[in-house]
Amino acid sequence: MTGHPSPGPEVSFPQGQPGIDPRLPGGDRRSRILAGGAGRNTWIAVVSTVVFFSVAAVLIVNSAGWPTVRFFFFDGAEFAYAFPRIVARFRWNVFIFCTAEALVLVLAMFIAVLRSLPGPVFAPLRLLAAGYTDLFRGVPTILVILLLGYGMPALELHGLPQSDVFWAIVALTLVYSAYVAEVYRAGIESIHPSQVAAARSLGLTRAQSLRHVVLPQAVRRVIPPLLNDFIGLQKDSALVAVLGFTEALLRAEIISANDFNFTPYVALAVIYVAITIPQARFVDWLVARERRRREATTQL
Amino acid sequence: MTEAIRIEGLRKSFGPLEVLRGIDLAVDDHEVVCLIGASGSGKSTLLRCIDLLEPVDAGRIWIEGVEITAAGVDENAVRRRIGIVFQAFNLFPHMTVMRNVTLAQEKALGRPAADARANAHELLTRFGLADKADDYPDRLSGGQQQRVAIARALAMEPDVLLLDEVTSALDPVLVAEVLDTIRGLATTGMTMVIATHEMGFARDVAHRVAFLEEGRILEQGDPGTMFTDPHEDATRRFLDRIIAAGRM
Repeated sequence: MTGHPSPGPEVSFPQGQPGIDPRLPGGDRRSRILAGGAGRNTWIAVVSTVVFFSVAAVLIVNSAGWPTVRFFFFDGAEFAYAFPRIVARFRWNVFIFCTAEALVLVLAMFIAVLRSLPGPVFAPLRLLAAGYTDLFRGVPTILVILLLGYGMPALELHGLPQSDVFWAIVALTLVYSAYVAEVYRAGIESIHPSQVAAARSLGLTRAQSLRHVVLPQAVRRVIPPLLNDFIGLQKDSALVAVLGFTEALLRAEIISANDFNFTPYVALAVIYVAITIPQARFVDWLVARERRRREATTQL
Repeated sequence: MTEAIRIEGLRKSFGPLEVLRGIDLAVDDHEVVCLIGASGSGKSTLLRCIDLLEPVDAGRIWIEGVEITAAGVDENAVRRRIGIVFQAFNLFPHMTVMRNVTLAQEKALGRPAADARANAHELLTRFGLADKADDYPDRLSGGQQQRVAIARALAMEPDVLLLDEVTSALDPVLVAEVLDTIRGLATTGMTMVIATHEMGFARDVAHRVAFLEEGRILEQGDPGTMFTDPHEDATRRFLDRIIAAGRM
């Protein structure tokens, strides 16, 4: 078949493969197969995508209820009216989730460190931290918002804030700190004990080893899952509507009720997608970069 | 001569496995002692116990005449005076070479940052690593990483340096550069306890060689006697296996 000697039984390609000249030297044929395969795969992906979505679109547009759905959900004039008004209130959502995210970063770290404390002396603190994560991962976020948002102001304690936004931020912080604490903890546990041994052998205290050696490496490793949790938090900022505070979702609901049209909800969905997709791509990019770095290191 | 390290009746178990079964060893100041023996004979555990990285079950250890296994001893203060270099280097991958060497000087010894840097620069220059100061460890070869680890330990100006099979994770061609570094240290009078499988190196550099088997020091003596005319059959069998494996 080819010029190079083959010690074993000759490997023969199936006859009649398209695009492969059996007379080509071995190396070229191999690269032709790979290149041809990659090009063909791209084409198949494009064609199947176009076909799939065309069929889906045709089916939807020709369905009996489509004119009604288009009227109630995809009204262009309604969209143009609602969009800027919802964006104006969405600033509150941004304020709520940004504040909550900053607080979560700190509180979750505190809980994760508590849970990682070694030795029998710290058993009560570990238990407390474990109970915290169990509780706030177990209760639905909307319930925590309702309970804190209506319950805390109802106490009428002097000095306790009455603001909906304040308690919404507290509720989101409490719930998401439970998730992010687990993410941090996974990161802390992924650091090899030899790193701690090296730090302690140099005379660094347990706290210094944690602060300078373990946590910086752990945080770097968990940035992608942490950002994923933040995307969840951003979406859950819409739950603040249950307290009667006019953030973006409640604004959309009001416009929708006034105009008897669901397009404002679609407008809000567009806003959420517009802010979360770039973050999701950023996470993908971080993961890919980390993988590239690891591979580069292994080859060294 | 005064004693740098004194160990009496040291015992250590991991669960049901007794790794050290009564170790007695004394190391003088400026002495280089090589620990030899098969894998699992307890060399690494012994070194980790001396640095208090493993709690000991029984027995006592003194460093420069001060008992470090006594109750109420400040473990961090003890570890500052003992340097250890690990088989897998254990550099901090998120810090530059320079930061690896300055971190503990600043945080554990309280040295001003400028002094720590100057000290680190001097050590790195001595080990031929001055141009690597701003690189991260993953850009360095294994031999370079291990020399950084030695510099990091020496930066603390320890009373004794423990070396735990520091060349076992290295490519054969990189072993020599690390061994040369250690030879250099021996000539400066550094007190060292070296667990190693490099018998040729042990014969060159050691003032005394101790053979460990099953958690005990079976035999010790000057390298000339140990490698040519050991008393114990077990030592002879071990050395025969090493020779058969082409490692000596």
